[in-house]
Amino acid sequence: MDTAFSSEDLKFQLEVREFISNNYPKELKDSIGTKRKTGKELSRDDLMSWHKILGKHNGWSAPGWPKQYGGAEFSPTQKYIFEQECARAECQYIMPFGVNMVGPVIYTFGNDEQKAKHLPGILSGDVFWCQGYSEPGSGSDLASLKTSAVKEGDHYVVNGQKTWTTLAQHADWIFCLVRTNPDAEKPQQGISFLLIDMKTPGITVRPIKLMDGSHEVNETWFDNVKVPVENLIGQENMGWTYAKFLLAHERSGIAGVARSKKALERIKQIASAEMSYGEPLIQDPAFKSKIANAELELSSLEYTELRTLAKDSAGKGPGPESSLLKIKGTDIQQMVTELAMEAVGYYANPHLGTTLSNEYVGPDYATNLSGSYFNFRKASIYGGSNEIQRNIIAKMVLGL
Amino acid sequence: MNFDYTEEQTLLENMVTSFVRDDYDWDTRCSIVKTEEGWKEENWKKFAELGLLGVPFDEDQGGLGGEATDIMIVMEQFGKGLVVEPYMPSIILAGGLISKLGSADQKNSIIPEIISGDRRYVFAYAEPQSRFDLFDIKCSATLDGDNYIINGFKSVVFGAGMATHLIISARTDGDQRSKSGITLFLVDIKSDGITLQNYPTIDEYRASEVVIENLTVSKENILGELGNSYEAIEEQVDLSTIAICSEAVGILQVLKDSTNDYCKNRKQFGQSISANQAIQHRLVDMMIEYEQAKSILYMAITADLSNSDERRKAASAAKARIGKAIKFVGENAIQLHGGMGVVDEYMISHFFKRATMIGILFGNVDFHMKRYTDLTQSNIQSINEDDGINLS
Ligand SMILES: Cc1cc2nc3c(=O)[nH]c(=O)nc-3n(C[C@H](O)[C@H](O)[C@H](O)COP(=O)(O)OP(=O)(O)OC[C@H]3O[C@@H](n4cnc5c(N)ncnc54)[C@H](O)[C@@H]3O)c2cc1C
Ligand SMILES: Cc1cc2nc3c(=O)[nH]c(=O)nc-3n(C[C@H](O)[C@H](O)[C@H](O)COP(=O)(O)OP(=O)(O)OC[C@H]3O[C@@H](n4cnc5c(N)ncnc54)[C@H](O)[C@@H]3O)c2cc1C
Repeated sequence: MDTAFSSEDLKFQLEVREFISNNYPKELKDSIGTKRKTGKELSRDDLMSWHKILGKHNGWSAPGWPKQYGGAEFSPTQKYIFEQECARAECQYIMPFGVNMVGPVIYTFGNDEQKAKHLPGILSGDVFWCQGYSEPGSGSDLASLKTSAVKEGDHYVVNGQKTWTTLAQHADWIFCLVRTNPDAEKPQQGISFLLIDMKTPGITVRPIKLMDGSHEVNETWFDNVKVPVENLIGQENMGWTYAKFLLAHERSGIAGVARSKKALERIKQIASAEMSYGEPLIQDPAFKSKIANAELELSSLEYTELRTLAKDSAGKGPGPESSLLKIKGTDIQQMVTELAMEAVGYYANPHLGTTLSNEYVGPDYATNLSGSYFNFRKASIYGGSNEIQRNIIAKMVLGL
Repeated sequence: MNFDYTEEQTLLENMVTSFVRDDYDWDTRCSIVKTEEGWKEENWKKFAELGLLGVPFDEDQGGLGGEATDIMIVMEQFGKGLVVEPYMPSIILAGGLISKLGSADQKNSIIPEIISGDRRYVFAYAEPQSRFDLFDIKCSATLDGDNYIINGFKSVVFGAGMATHLIISARTDGDQRSKSGITLFLVDIKSDGITLQNYPTIDEYRASEVVIENLTVSKENILGELGNSYEAIEEQVDLSTIAICSEAVGILQVLKDSTNDYCKNRKQFGQSISANQAIQHRLVDMMIEYEQAKSILYMAITADLSNSDERRKAASAAKARIGKAIKFVGENAIQLHGGMGVVDEYMISHFFKRATMIGILFGNVDFHMKRYTDLTQSNIQSINEDDGINLS
């Protein structure tokens, strides 16, 4: 047993660290920092400019993609190091929809034209993707989805409604699961995977405000939207297979260990500045023991992730164990956002950056911490809810 | 980076696994704990033959020069068999103290005897008032010519009834709760002045109350420096803590796997009880707790244990986290077995009891949470205005 990085890995770590420190733009850091402090939403530029910089550097915007498609083709350990370093430097994270989700589906199941058309834009960050799976009637039970695509000559006509579409307000393209055969024996068998240009007539995006006031998700309506048949991935009615493949691919970094670690460090700083019983909050036995508890959970999870990674490196591939990483990772994110909110006492109350108020009150570090707590209730719901993850483990790991 | 065993370690694991399988099946184990002695001396000889008694000792003393990983391997498999022979108390804890503090003469005369199985030391440290504080010692040793006269009371000394010798911690100086002034003495258990009251523990191991009255020990039998043994005691107890965490992880695996099997096989309402989602999710949470326990154990094993702060943190992190897993997995294992869970006849309750007692040994969850917290949460960093919380 040896948890030390090899000398090549250490060299790589240094390379990443240096690249970030030389290339992460100060203006971006300032822009995001100011918006965070004032409770403002990030713009498309804020979300994408780091992606664009990485896209110009050896495929670093797509750490897991094969070199053949312009990716970095990092080893599992390199991916881990890369994520750690990005979190450490608090870089804006890379939107998952293009790089982690639709990209691998396109290079695995798409044809040459589709690869040539879409992969470069995903890699460079010029094209913004969103994910159109969920519908009002189909959440966990995704296979029951109803949005229909009917083939008429050289195009499909799409009708229906997607919902919870994250950041569709910025998106150029959406990848959708649609029903092409309503009469299939099993619901999974009549589903296809379609790429749709968001500028196509008939698409309407309506915002859904989350409870922290943020505009993160949307309803996406399709009214007789004409989609060229060449935007079908793979074969008609095989979409479910591609979607399942995608789920397995979405897992790297799913535990969010490095970001949670950074957040805990930050909470310790806040708790050193906040006072309780006349002493820094960090010295309050009840509070510090909660931080310690979160750290222990995180340490355990970090080693669980490393164990998975070691298995992965040995070519055994990520298994359904990744459901465990999702469950514990999101548990800890929720624990951490709660601790941060708790740390600032009364200054959890002000809701800044809303249309009602442009006045900023309280310490900068307190802004929106309660917002994060409320926002992060989402984490155990999306990406396959934590109950669904337990169903997966029960079936695939425990054989129940 | 890897979590693989070396070839030697794989051999070691296979050896202990086959010992537990062939020589320590459940019925055999049950008959051993019912005997008057509460252990089987033959097994100790077998351990000697297999080289297990030498695992943690230096090679020049005839040992295997094993590290934390090797100890983990042995303890984890012993956990799966609920092996009652006093391996941890004698080989890891007492043996560790002698390796750490012994003079060349002491080591040369004692360690080969330990490795051959002819001598068994156990460490008498706890006292009725000390709870988990290793430095809280009333037992006194006063100089009388070339000897020390020791008086005191040591409580719940595991394996004392099976030992040939004791290591006794006694105060040669300082207040009851002072970390200095603590001295270790090596004594023959048959010495005048030592009275043992032996008893079985709830988990079917054996322990003793040790009454020490005017026990005379020559200066030569001091282990380590006079009045300066606390650091070494803390270190060896930390390493032993990691060892019993390994045992616990072995036990948790049995608890989780057996409960899984039981729920698949037990039929009620015309189907396996594992067809109920309430049960499935509980089993999943047990599996997650087990994996998290194993992970924090790996963290501890691979930490830099030669650095005293890292070692303290690692031991307390592992013990606190694994203590929580013991409660969750253990209690749910019993619950999901229904009435079968609470009977003595069925093996599951025995694993639960042993795991729970490990939860107390060397400090429970609260004790180690506090220790870990004190070690990690005192540093105050200045606030950096540029940083924010950015999770997703
Ligand atoms: C912030 C946010 C962003 C999202 N972004 C996107 C996106 O970009 N694209 C997209 O397609 N989707 C997105 N989603 C949708 C997300 O995938 C769904 O919310 C999720 O699949 C759950 O579906 P649901 O909300 O309909 O809940 P439901 O499926 O109705 O579940 C309700 C509750 O019941 C539980 N439950 C359901 N079925 C079972 C079962 N069989 N056993 C036990 N418990 C069960 C669930 O765990 C949950 O607690 C997003 C969601 C959120 C909250
Ligand atoms: C100390 C003790 C004293 C007792 N005294 C008496 C007595 O005097 N007279 C008498 O007649 N009986 C007595 N009982 C029996 C007691 O009523 C049963 O143990 C109880 O009904 C559970 O049944 P079981 O043990 O067969 O467990 P099972 O029914 O096999 O259940 C095993 C586990 O599965 C769970 N489970 C079972 N079905 C479901 C489901 N559908 N959904 C979710 N979970 C499920 C249970 O909650 C339990 O955790 C006693 C039991 C004990 C432990």
